[in-house]
Amino acid sequence: MTRVNILGGSGYTGGELLRLLHFHPQVEVAQVTSREQAGRYVHSVHPNLRDVCRLQFVHPDALEASDLLFLALPHGRSARSIEKYAALANKIIDLSADFRLDSAEAYKRWYGEAHPAPDWLERFVYGLPEINRERLRGADFVSGVGCNATVVNLALLPLVESGLLERAAIEIKVGSSEGGNKPNAGSHHPIRSGAVRTYRATGHRHRAEVDMALGSALPIHFAVTAIEMVRGVHLLAHCQLAKPMTEREIWRLYRGRYRSEAFVRQVSGKVGLHRLPEPRVVAGTNYCDIGFELDSDGRHLVVIAALDNLGKGAAGSAIQCLNLMLGFEETTGLQFPGIYP
Amino acid sequence: MDVTPLCPVCDAEVVIPADAMENELLTCAECGSELEIMCLAPLALELAPEVEEDWGE
Repeated sequence: MTRVNILGGSGYTGGELLRLLHFHPQVEVAQVTSREQAGRYVHSVHPNLRDVCRLQFVHPDALEASDLLFLALPHGRSARSIEKYAALANKIIDLSADFRLDSAEAYKRWYGEAHPAPDWLERFVYGLPEINRERLRGADFVSGVGCNATVVNLALLPLVESGLLERAAIEIKVGSSEGGNKPNAGSHHPIRSGAVRTYRATGHRHRAEVDMALGSALPIHFAVTAIEMVRGVHLLAHCQLAKPMTEREIWRLYRGRYRSEAFVRQVSGKVGLHRLPEPRVVAGTNYCDIGFELDSDGRHLVVIAALDNLGKGAAGSAIQCLNLMLGFEETTGLQFPGIYP
Repeated sequence: MDVTPLCPVCDAEVVIPADAMENELLTCAECGSELEIMCLAPLALELAPEVEEDWGE
């Protein structure tokens, strides 16, 4: 069994990692840390893990060596202490934004401060297997992914790779768990409940990951709106195509790109209520569902996609990366459907 | 009959039962479209019309 530790396991992403890792047949979680919850049982913070995880949180200072270390810390913390963490494990997956970008300049532009460990940026591989699979195989240092960036990247990738996309205007709707488990003014119940609040119409930080994956030359704009939902990301992209296409050609394009991807599903049904992707259908899973409708002119394509921000948008992708890093079957521990309704 | 024609909507392969008849309705396993067998020789599939959802009233 591969022994893994989680540094910062009391947050939502840490909890999702624990839930998934406890059913991974080749991994054992040895330690999970929390400065605030040290000494308490994990299930006192993540009640869904009662009788599943019998660990108690330990203080970060008590963290021991392991085969692989997950960093699930607030942004900025991983980079400031990466040398210390690298001494505790040969392989690291950092779920924060600290090592997602490939240049210190981009980090400063999007995160507003100098990167604390710029020499480490090139040692990390961006953790989206659908675009970086070969680099992830056997990698030692892997970053997590931004949930909003991931839904954009996966939704538009076939269009960009084929040279079909001229421009895209995207609306992303997100659930409250994207904001983490620390309360703030925006998460206060009278404000958050029933919200349809666009908190970022331009310049979202995840745009940096979209630029990195899809290229910065294309006019791709996205706005993010908080809605009444706990888990989930829903994308609706109005795409202008370079030439008229038929519905069959779009199907063929997406099927060709994602046929061998276990966690990207094509959802453009003609029957039933759920003809297009919906976050509730993928909640708790590592799936990203992608569908579309093509306007009658053949050039206005509406792409719709959904994923779970804590699943494919964070912990699920991270475990997919773990499988690649350690040579396990890529889908291990991740192949299960969501709940419905 | 041993042919796998393509769905006229999504281009996926559609399995035609050996005892299929003209005007029989089939469902595409990929996109869920309801398809009608218009002709068996040569084999021709068309999208069967369906009532759509409309909340704009």
